[in-house]
Amino acid sequence: MTNLARRARVGRQAVAGWLFVAPFTVLLVFFLLLPMLYAAKLSLYRSTLVEGEVFAWLDNYRQALGDPEFRRGVVRVLVFGAVQTPVMIGIALVAALLIDAATSRFSRVFRLAAFVPYAVPVVIGTLMWGFLYSPNTGPLSSVIDVDFLSSGTVLYSLGNIVTWQWAGYNMIVLYAALQGVPREVYESARMDGAGAVQTALRIKTPMISAAIVLVTIFTIIGTLQFFTEPLILQPLNPGAITNSYTPNVYAYHQAFSYQQYNYSAAISFLLGVVVFVGSYIFLFVTRKRSALR
Amino acid sequence: MSRPARTTGGRIASHAVMALMAAYFLLPFWWLLVASTKDNDGLFGSAPLWFSGDFKLFDNLSLLFSHDGGVYLKWLRNSALYSVVSGVGATAIAALAGYAFAKLRFPGRNMLFAALLGLIMVPATALVLPTYLLMSEAGLTDTVWAVILPSLLNPFGVYLLRVYAHDSVPDEMLEAARIDGADEFRVFRSVALPAMRPALVTVLLFTMVATWNNFFLPLVMLSDNDLFPLTVGLRTWYQSATLGNAGPALFNVIVVGALVAIVPLIVAFLLLQRYWRGGLTIGALK
Repeated sequence: MTNLARRARVGRQAVAGWLFVAPFTVLLVFFLLLPMLYAAKLSLYRSTLVEGEVFAWLDNYRQALGDPEFRRGVVRVLVFGAVQTPVMIGIALVAALLIDAATSRFSRVFRLAAFVPYAVPVVIGTLMWGFLYSPNTGPLSSVIDVDFLSSGTVLYSLGNIVTWQWAGYNMIVLYAALQGVPREVYESARMDGAGAVQTALRIKTPMISAAIVLVTIFTIIGTLQFFTEPLILQPLNPGAITNSYTPNVYAYHQAFSYQQYNYSAAISFLLGVVVFVGSYIFLFVTRKRSALR
Repeated sequence: MSRPARTTGGRIASHAVMALMAAYFLLPFWWLLVASTKDNDGLFGSAPLWFSGDFKLFDNLSLLFSHDGGVYLKWLRNSALYSVVSGVGATAIAALAGYAFAKLRFPGRNMLFAALLGLIMVPATALVLPTYLLMSEAGLTDTVWAVILPSLLNPFGVYLLRVYAHDSVPDEMLEAARIDGADEFRVFRSVALPAMRPALVTVLLFTMVATWNNFFLPLVMLSDNDLFPLTVGLRTWYQSATLGNAGPALFNVIVVGALVAIVPLIVAFLLLQRYWRGGLTIGALK
């Protein structure tokens, strides 16, 4: 091929390349970059009765950091994450180890049963549990005499909904990682006389630590953004699930119940930055071990 | 890879744990199935986990589709519209971009891909409110576009399809098609697309289900009842039923509405299991 023809082809490929990525790039700009910059801008302004929109530097952020309702919401999702994450990952890990060890027909049925809640919309999963928790329509309060929706218990009830919905998803990811471990490793462990439980705890679990780290990060990211479940259950006990129950619920109500768009943008932006920076630090620190490159 | 059976005791114990967990995961589905056969009195007056004497499923269904002037059917149609248009559109856009990032050379490619990787972790919920404010300045809120356009963006799908195209589309076949005189779009359509099919189905499935299940975005974008998807619509019913400000309670309608909303998902889930699992494992863990 002549030099000229090659250059023409390289040129055509460059044009084609740009055309191919153009729709995606436009969407990335309009629905990710622009909203981000817009939120950043809004969060630096304040709307006042007399002067309209005025530049307020970091006042909204200062207000957020000193706002006891916002702080309680932040502490709540952190506590929630610290309790719910290990419980759910633990259940997912046990389930994954069980289906990895058992090869019966029942273990395949079990895999489906555990995974199917993931296919259900969060709204509907929460509705179903709302009915199950209610003493009028659900069986649970006749088994244990507990008010699942009181201000002291509702956080655990929400944690159960999240666990029910996501444990199976995490189980599948961990199971896939277990399947990737060479079988010889287990064989030699068995030769050495290790039992099934010992093999699971001492050998299989450490072998998939990268996958465990990964699902833990994704769970924490989801926890910080906690929104749909508390918003759906809110009418069942508005006194317990307040308008500032989680940062996202707070941002939503600030914008749509109180028209505080600037303050709401500051909360959204703060939350976004925390999640974004947090997940990159985590991924960077665990880069060698985690598989997400 | 059959392994010799271990102790019978261990097998029984592990199966007992699995049975217990399965009961937990399936409990809400069983309750929903039973509850959807009861009328409102039966819902409150009979044992929650077993059928009451009357079988009211069909009454409930006809009530569901006639309640509020048959708005449920509109919600069902909206959910289908949003998820099909967003799913197909997002997959097509991600396929073009993923293929280009993997196989075409063009200036700025690496920079753009680095930007994508950098932005992939921006949490979606933090973007909903600013996107709403931007859309309202453009006069697009409370239209179908307010839900569809943001759902077309799927950075993770682009990443996944780039990885897949990189490994599964052979360069020699692309070269051969080019030498035959095919233009770049034809090369993409006739060589790359068929090779990327399994990953395309996975991305399509995940985007469709994500849009079908989406709540925050349509909740914020829409205020017209007739444009709601099922998730937002059912929530408004649930809210007015629990707060008791909409006349007689309609819990049985909500229950059967929830059942109808998840049936398509369960069917898709069972038929397309392979692709679900594929999607969870291709991108995250290689």
